Amino acid sequence: MTVVFYLAAAVALVSTLLVVTRRNTIHALLYLVVSLLAVAVVFYTLGAPFVAALEVIIYAGAIIVLFLFTVMLLNVGRQAEGDEPPRLRPISFLGPGLLSAALLVELAVAISTGPAARTGVHAVPPRAVGLSLYGPYAIGVELASTLLLAALIGARHLGQRQREPELGPGDAAEARRAGTTLPGEPSPSSEPSLPQPVGRDA
Amino acid sequence: MAHVPFEYGLYLAAALFLVGLTGVLVRRNLIFVLASIEIMLNAAGLAFVVAGSRWGQPDGQVMFIFILAMAAAEVAVGLALALLFRRAFGSLDIDAASRMRG
Repeated sequence: MTVVFYLAAAVALVSTLLVVTRRNTIHALLYLVVSLLAVAVVFYTLGAPFVAALEVIIYAGAIIVLFLFTVMLLNVGRQAEGDEPPRLRPISFLGPGLLSAALLVELAVAISTGPAARTGVHAVPPRAVGLSLYGPYAIGVELASTLLLAALIGARHLGQRQREPELGPGDAAEARRAGTTLPGEPSPSSEPSLPQPVGRDA
Repeated sequence: MAHVPFEYGLYLAAALFLVGLTGVLVRRNLIFVLASIEIMLNAAGLAFVVAGSRWGQPDGQVMFIFILAMAAAEVAVGLALALLFRRAFGSLDIDAASRMRG
């Protein structure tokens, strides 16, 4: 199990470095999947199987799929390479890399000189996590659900407004009366996240 | 299973967090900035889980679940904003939004 931990940690570090340095968006996101799966293995070796499953299902499953869906929707696979032509040189990483290295040294010193806690890890079964979630942390669960609801409504709102700034109010109303879409307006099939009102065209 | 030193998990979390921080500082593509923020959140959650498994308490995993919910909400709103950004500026370069225009 120790070897598995070190191997997964190395894979996570290397793939995360590749995420930050790739130019192609799709490649970077696929490396991010590898990184998250490696972190899930780290969770498993640390005795947290429930969180490892959540990492695979929600992070690598849902969140990265959301990223990939947006990238496909924006069609930036190639254009992302043109978005930052001169900036992503190796010299660009010098300043932030040095700052991060300094912070890493500080954190390493802080961790290594902390109170001696050199015992191993203790497995925490999912049962304990569930009892804790719905016992002392019940308020937190409710707040998290409220946050997710707020994010849902916010994303819906932002997605709804995204075509209005290009259209003048007269244009939009005219297009709505005529039952057609303007040339600049994306076709409804390209945006499945925006349900088209049925009665609008009638 | 109990042979991994507690500190090494924290070292890994610190390294992943700082890689994500470097990504936020260096990259100018909005999608990459959001992905780097995800890396940082994931590293913070890893530190929580490591500490929770060190003391054998479930609180670390509970905190990771809260971080997960927060990351999901942040990504949903952030990617919706990325769609708007692309629509408004024609690119995903965040330097295009360096001017305030009311």
